[in-house]
Amino acid sequence: MKKTALSALLLLSLAVTASAQSDKTMLLNAAGATFPYPIYSKWFDVYHTQHPEIQINYQSIGSGGGIRQLLAGTVDFGASDGPMSDDQLAQAKFKILHFPTVLGAVVPTYNVPGISGGLNFTQKALAGIYLGTITKWNDPEIAKANPGVKLPGDDIVVVHRSDGSGTSYIFTDFLSKVSDDWKNKVGKGTSVNWPVGLGGKGNEGVTGLVKQTPGSIGYVELIYAISNDVPYGKVQNAAGKFLKADLAGVTAAAAAGAKDMPDDFRVSIVNAPGATSYPISSFTWLLIPAQIQDAAKRDAIKGFLKWMLADGQGYNEGLSYSKLPKPVVEKEKKAIALIQ
Amino acid sequence: MSTTATTIDGAVPPRAGPRSFVDRLRDGDQIAHIITLIFAASILVITSMLVYELWVNSHLSRAKFGLAFFWTQTWDPIFDNFGAAPFIYGTLVTAIVSLVIAVPLGLAAAIFLAELAPRNLSDGIAFLIDLLAAVPSVIYGLLGIFVVVPLMRTVIGPALKDTLGFLPLFSGPNYGVGFLTAGIVLAIMVVPFIISVSREVLLTVPREQREAALALGATRWEATWKVVVPWARTGIMGSVFLALARALGETMAVTMVIGNDPKIRESLLAPGYTIAAVIANEFTEATGDLYLSALIELGLVLFLMTFILNGLARLLIIATERGGGHPS
Repeated sequence: MKKTALSALLLLSLAVTASAQSDKTMLLNAAGATFPYPIYSKWFDVYHTQHPEIQINYQSIGSGGGIRQLLAGTVDFGASDGPMSDDQLAQAKFKILHFPTVLGAVVPTYNVPGISGGLNFTQKALAGIYLGTITKWNDPEIAKANPGVKLPGDDIVVVHRSDGSGTSYIFTDFLSKVSDDWKNKVGKGTSVNWPVGLGGKGNEGVTGLVKQTPGSIGYVELIYAISNDVPYGKVQNAAGKFLKADLAGVTAAAAAGAKDMPDDFRVSIVNAPGATSYPISSFTWLLIPAQIQDAAKRDAIKGFLKWMLADGQGYNEGLSYSKLPKPVVEKEKKAIALIQ
Repeated sequence: MSTTATTIDGAVPPRAGPRSFVDRLRDGDQIAHIITLIFAASILVITSMLVYELWVNSHLSRAKFGLAFFWTQTWDPIFDNFGAAPFIYGTLVTAIVSLVIAVPLGLAAAIFLAELAPRNLSDGIAFLIDLLAAVPSVIYGLLGIFVVVPLMRTVIGPALKDTLGFLPLFSGPNYGVGFLTAGIVLAIMVVPFIISVSREVLLTVPREQREAALALGATRWEATWKVVVPWARTGIMGSVFLALARALGETMAVTMVIGNDPKIRESLLAPGYTIAAVIANEFTEATGDLYLSALIELGLVLFLMTFILNGLARLLIIATERGGGHPS
């Protein structure tokens, strides 16, 4: 704890001195979510080479830290995997705008002795497993979605993330949407009070535990699963279809979920309608103050946002992030004008 | 043997007559005095600032939960209900398990290196042990995940359940991760501290002590166990408390192998959680004010635990000194 706070302070003070020293380059400070960090650092890097006068310094200290630093006014903008709550927005001394940047998705991974092919998971099965009401692999709820698969009667070992993370946010958002029990007893958040299971630190911790423990099930970020060849199962979507997550399915979910996108972009797209929509996915957001006094800074941020929505999106799939759907991009372009 | 343990006061440097402040300043004595005083005082200042910050920033949580924070077993960031009990329990249990394993191991190794091994071998091994103490904890965590956890799940755990399974301590499902695994990894981490410090202390025991015991007809082992070790016991205990401090505060290695489940369970094979681990895991994403405040209060609790255990350690040392031995 001390270390994180200290290093954040140190980096911040370095950044402050750097911005004070340089007259020509405009330095923007941002902090927040770790999940989109790879694509953000790519964007900020490319943007800096195209616009050498603007440098964006992003600290991936976590969504909570990003929100706190934004509220405290120590960064120019923040980033978060979950939208800010009404309470948090009410606390802020200034208006804060949400801008979706990329999409993330979560997939179930498992280790069941004797089963290699992709298992199908109904929404009820996932909720039941994580609530601790489904405890055996041959439970009828799992078996009925997997005809012809011989499921063992082993106990299910549930694995979840131990560190606060956007991945857990997306997963618990999904469980809250599909199960009232989950919504009332556990809820959604970057960390929750898990009814059952072991905690693994990071995607790699969860994967490690699942690989080592026969009879286990966990959930990991789609990008992590793809880049590390982690096998994962299909999940039933709102239309009743079993889908194996891929980048296109996530964009489809975003397009479907964004049909009634509110003007502040704080929308949950889990369990979105549509036969091709993957159900466990979410936007991740940049948090930008609506009023920026420094005109040069304001123009720099607006310029970057415009670039991110156009050229920036082209870098997404190279890093296994799903692209924003077109209607969302158009809506965001209009919202940039709100920054004054 | 306590009769031989009389102290010989070191020679007191002859006191010069009263000198003026300027004289002493010129000699540098006063400057050295002031500088060292400032540095010593800074420790106090840093410690009190630490407590002050923890106290002030945990205000919300203290106001809401009061003393019940210590025995509440829920940790629910969504419904804002926080209690430290499972974390205090996990921290204590893993620390105790690690000391139960590490103290006999470390002490025996230190005795061998200081008393029985040839000096060259002893120095060589001591060098390696000091290297072990400098290995970053995440490396021990990886060792835990890839070696200790599979061993626990497939070999040690089942063996314990077969032989001692009737005890509640070794009941329930065995996942490979849990209190015992964390304790074992911690033991591997703290054993170098115990060996290194204890060996140094044993080496400082005067040769006359050993010779006197041998002259009285003691065997080599009797001389070591009944004379040398008691003489050095204050220092040995110091090494144990150094190890305890590290075990209480260790974060990365523990969180990688303990299972991170905030529940109080009597079985050592069950998963648990420690204070340091939960702070490291949840601090970055703690968005709510009360949530953050509760995490900071956990830090305060850990500080308090360290404080109490160190106090107990002092008392223990005082008590054993009364019973004889070398008042070092």
